[in-house]
Amino acid sequence: MMENILNALVLLANFLVVPGLAYGSQLALGALGVTLIYGILRFSNFAHGETMAFGTMAAILATWWFQSLGISLGPLPTALLALPVGILAAMVLVLTTDRLVYRFYRKQKSSPVIFLIASLGVMFFYNGLVRFVIGPNDQIFTDGSRFIVTAREFKKYTGLNEGLAIKTTQGITVVAAVVIVAALFWFLNKTRSGKSMRAYSDNEDLALLSGINPDRVVMIAWLLTAALATIAGTLYGLDKSFKPFTYLQILLPIFASAIVGGLGSPIGAIAGGFVIAFSEVTVTFAFKKFVTYLVPEAWAPDTLLQLLSTDYKFAVSFAILVVVLLVKPTGLFSGKSL
Amino acid sequence: MKKMLLALAATTMLAGPALAEDIKIGVILGFTGPIESLTPDMAAGGELAMKEVSDSGALLGGSKVMPVRADGTCVDAAAAQAAAERLITSDKVNAILGSDCSGVTTAILQNVAMANGIVMISPSATSPALSDLEDNGLFFRTAPSDARQGRVLAEVMKENGVKSAALTYTNNDYGKGLAESIKANVESMGGKITISAAHEDGKGDYSAEVGALAQAGGDVLIVAGYLDQGGKGIIQGALDSGAFDTFVLPDGMIGESLPAAIGSDLDGSYGLIPGTDSPGAAKFADMAKAAGFKVGPYTGESYDAAALLMLAMQAAGSSESSKLKDKVEMVANAPGEKIFPGELKKALEILSNGGDIDYVGATAVELIGAGESSGNFRQIKVEGGKNTTVKYR
Repeated sequence: MMENILNALVLLANFLVVPGLAYGSQLALGALGVTLIYGILRFSNFAHGETMAFGTMAAILATWWFQSLGISLGPLPTALLALPVGILAAMVLVLTTDRLVYRFYRKQKSSPVIFLIASLGVMFFYNGLVRFVIGPNDQIFTDGSRFIVTAREFKKYTGLNEGLAIKTTQGITVVAAVVIVAALFWFLNKTRSGKSMRAYSDNEDLALLSGINPDRVVMIAWLLTAALATIAGTLYGLDKSFKPFTYLQILLPIFASAIVGGLGSPIGAIAGGFVIAFSEVTVTFAFKKFVTYLVPEAWAPDTLLQLLSTDYKFAVSFAILVVVLLVKPTGLFSGKSL
Repeated sequence: MKKMLLALAATTMLAGPALAEDIKIGVILGFTGPIESLTPDMAAGGELAMKEVSDSGALLGGSKVMPVRADGTCVDAAAAQAAAERLITSDKVNAILGSDCSGVTTAILQNVAMANGIVMISPSATSPALSDLEDNGLFFRTAPSDARQGRVLAEVMKENGVKSAALTYTNNDYGKGLAESIKANVESMGGKITISAAHEDGKGDYSAEVGALAQAGGDVLIVAGYLDQGGKGIIQGALDSGAFDTFVLPDGMIGESLPAAIGSDLDGSYGLIPGTDSPGAAKFADMAKAAGFKVGPYTGESYDAAALLMLAMQAAGSSESSKLKDKVEMVANAPGEKIFPGELKKALEILSNGGDIDYVGATAVELIGAGESSGNFRQIKVEGGKNTTVKYR
């Protein structure tokens, strides 16, 4: 009996918890970037997914270069070493974009909708840029050891029926997300620049009166966003694979995460990321095997015990989004209302 | 008078029993529209067969065959019907080669060809729906129905001892149709499909799909998707979580990039892709090169469709659709002497001497069921990180 319960728990860990945590971390890092821009510049940055793609692309090119030089991190992917290069490239890109595009609209004091449409244009430009440089195809850039624990090793070691697989990239993703979120909070709450950013986000006029330099705040926001986007994109590319098109697709769950958590609220972005990731995986999960382990043999279910077919996984996250917007328009953690 | 008599005698000798005529075959393909990049070579394939027959002087007492092109658009049924109507009433074609896409082919067949009693042979319409369509015996195709792959795949799985399988398909007409056909065939052969779940292409995360598939379980996972899209994501996820070790791969999943991306874990998986080891394919490729067009998708099928029309005319002793329609299957299938591309003259002579032929052509044509090609598949097994050919079937 005890063994059955363990089997059931391992099963859930393998198919729900581990993938959900990794995917949730990737969404959370992406949503943090969206939320920062929304907090400081007050518009929904649709080019965020493509910023991720661009940063990742630069990191991949650097990874290949390192690999050709024979530099590696042993069991860890070389891409981690290439991250700073990708971040720098993304920073240059977003600052140039801000100088050429967004600054003009800031001077005009344009409404957020104008910014949003401008960001849509920027998105298409980045889109083309990434495809121009690296092409539309899948790129594989993982190296090092693929697994921390494989399902087979786990079964052999524990003697259980069910295996638990943890990929290196999943482990790195979760650890990196924790470290980065901690660093970000330290920056926002403890440093002078961080405090001025929060002040600017809370009340722009008051912040300007108290002598905060708006250009500096905007620049820092873009730099942070570029770093977050590149890290999120690279971790995501390591865990799945890099294909520019998927970075356009991931924009939707990222925005859903940011809005569910509350736009402009960093804690909300993280919570939103995990809510969206777990709702996608859990609601469409088939609980047949899980229940079979827990109940006496005679009660074992014939059906899949699946609440909704996987076709509906996106419907689930967007249903949550709609409900949150109806009940609590500012999101779970009271960000700004849309 | 003497001259005229002589001329008459000469023509009678040349013409044999039938009187030479100018036969027209309509070539209605989507020269504009979504497959406009494929159709010029397809038409060239069909017209190559027509030229071969005209030059041979062996068809119905030295008749010449003229192709008449018309635009089927692939998607616009109204435009395609108008074009077909024009071919039949104004150009007075004897038969039609086409059309290409399943939708317009159905429209032309039902609304124009059947009303006028004109035979159509499509080189590329693959929708399973065309198999069951009432066609008065006027419609044939040299391409296999999509449903055919499901049947062959089910046979391969049975031979590999698969008793139960989970199935996932890419969420479009191709994936859905193929999945339905696989499921029906596996179940009719006594196997079990534990779950049939769709996946969207181009999404970032497939944990939910992999989770559901893993819980349903099965000996193998059938992935009716695309190798550079969701199909690959699902396989990677299923391998990583230890849910499945062996995968069954339909045509959309066969390509060198998949084993290259997944690595040695994919060894032991197997699948199918259309293909033939018939010498006809190589012969056709040489002929196409000499004629100055590329062998692309459905070019061989187009050559075969045109050839079948003309061979059926010869066998029927008439270029009329109402007569030739009963002979198409006869010339396409055994018994008889095997005919490869470039041997149409020989085939016409055998037929006019009362012999029987088994047209093989560029694509190893064998008509089954409602006059459609049985299709030829290359059975693949992944070994040592490479797709290797097990056999042709």
